[in-house]
Amino acid sequence: MFDFLTSGQYDLLGAFWVTVQLTLYSAAGALVWGLALAGMRVSPVPLMRGFGTAYVNIVRNIPLTVLIIGCSLGLNQTLGIALGGSTFKEIGFRLAVLGLAAYTGTFVCEAIRSGINTVPVGQAEAARALGLSFFQVLTLIVLPQAFRAVIAPLANVLIALTKNTTVAAAIGVAEAALLMKEMIENEADALYAVFGVIALGFVLLTLPTGLLLGWVAKRVAVKR
Amino acid sequence: MKVFKAGAAVAAAVVLSLTATACGGSKDSSAGSDAGPSGGAKDKIVIGIKFDQPGLGLKTPEGKYTGFDVDVATYVAKELGYQPDQIEFKQAVSAERENLISNGDVKLVVATYTINDKRKAKVDFAGPYFLAHQDLLVRADDTSITKAEDLNKKKLCSVTGSTSAQNIKTKLAPEADLQQLPGYSECLTGLENKSIDALTTDNSILAGYAAQEKNKGKFKLTGLKLSDEPYGIGLKKGDKDLQTKVNAALKKMVEDGSWQKAVDANLGPAGYKAEPAPQITEGS
Repeated sequence: MFDFLTSGQYDLLGAFWVTVQLTLYSAAGALVWGLALAGMRVSPVPLMRGFGTAYVNIVRNIPLTVLIIGCSLGLNQTLGIALGGSTFKEIGFRLAVLGLAAYTGTFVCEAIRSGINTVPVGQAEAARALGLSFFQVLTLIVLPQAFRAVIAPLANVLIALTKNTTVAAAIGVAEAALLMKEMIENEADALYAVFGVIALGFVLLTLPTGLLLGWVAKRVAVKR
Repeated sequence: MKVFKAGAAVAAAVVLSLTATACGGSKDSSAGSDAGPSGGAKDKIVIGIKFDQPGLGLKTPEGKYTGFDVDVATYVAKELGYQPDQIEFKQAVSAERENLISNGDVKLVVATYTINDKRKAKVDFAGPYFLAHQDLLVRADDTSITKAEDLNKKKLCSVTGSTSAQNIKTKLAPEADLQQLPGYSECLTGLENKSIDALTTDNSILAGYAAQEKNKGKFKLTGLKLSDEPYGIGLKKGDKDLQTKVNAALKKMVEDGSWQKAVDANLGPAGYKAEPAPQITEGS
């Protein structure tokens, strides 16, 4: 029943490695973009607040599949944007990272913003009284405290992101979900085994993430 | 489209598991008594087809079913004693075909179903009723592809995970730049915009797309025979009786000319020369 694993026909580890890479690149992108968005949403400039609010509310409510396929059909096939890639493999991967980061960034932003709300207002007021600028208040006083409060929610976002990478199969990125499609096409007699193996792979990827970051969250939490 | 399909598959799986106990019994009993048409006008036969392949199995916006697979299914059902209004067509996406059959949700699957050994482990086939080959669809003015090796310098498109896509990667042209998209329609967009040079899958499917009204004259088939794909009619494993009857129906369809008529009507407009009807090899 599991002989498709040993036949050497499928590069299961390779496919999951692509999943991991997608996750890491997108997580990095989403963290940076989410921080920027969170900064915008709490900034004193109305235009930036407006943009941040509008972006978060629009993008997080667009289905991820629509975003990713939009990246491929719209950006690449229609507008010819290739993000510096020359083969479909590179282009697809980069577009998928772009789409995933743009989408996940909204959730990172909201998690961080909720963290900012846990920091007592007096902290920011005191910092401002010392003469720090808005940027300094945010990066030196508020964010370091806010971050420590939101490790656990960010871990949830990371786990969701790991699983969301399967959507990249829709534009042909050769990650685990695409391999599963190939296996189902060929292994009609081992359908449930194929599902089981892929599902197990994702549990093995996400379970340690949750455990580790849960532990970190406990360690660094600000006791109030 | 693939998204919709995947969603539909999940929904179908949930519904099936919920209703398996409820309908399983009644379906089995009707399956047992289908030796004769029995005159009961309420009797229905459920046949799985593709809903999204023009020329083979297509559900039109008006809710009609057209295509070569549909014609074959209708003919076979008639031979089994069911009038066209007693046929219920059900969508059989590729990954679901074996389960639909073994759960008893459909009696027959006529859905570009290539006969192979892995599939035969779960279901039985009748036929083959059609011999397709993997081929390429290119823009009508493109003459740069004459053999499989030419593909190594080309941008290709196929459906995610399909056998055709795997053939390209592992055997035919490992160097080719292969884009895998959820459906053939997405590939056609790229082919028209010249971001893709060729679309590859079974020639029967390609012919169906090329023959569509909106695509007429834009694309052509290269006529390369990159693989053999004998299409069979899937049925429940071990149902020798049904297998024999379906085989007899297929034989009759070829002999009385209905088969050729169906091929010409559905695949002819693309200038597609079908192979003659294949010998029936399954069963008997």
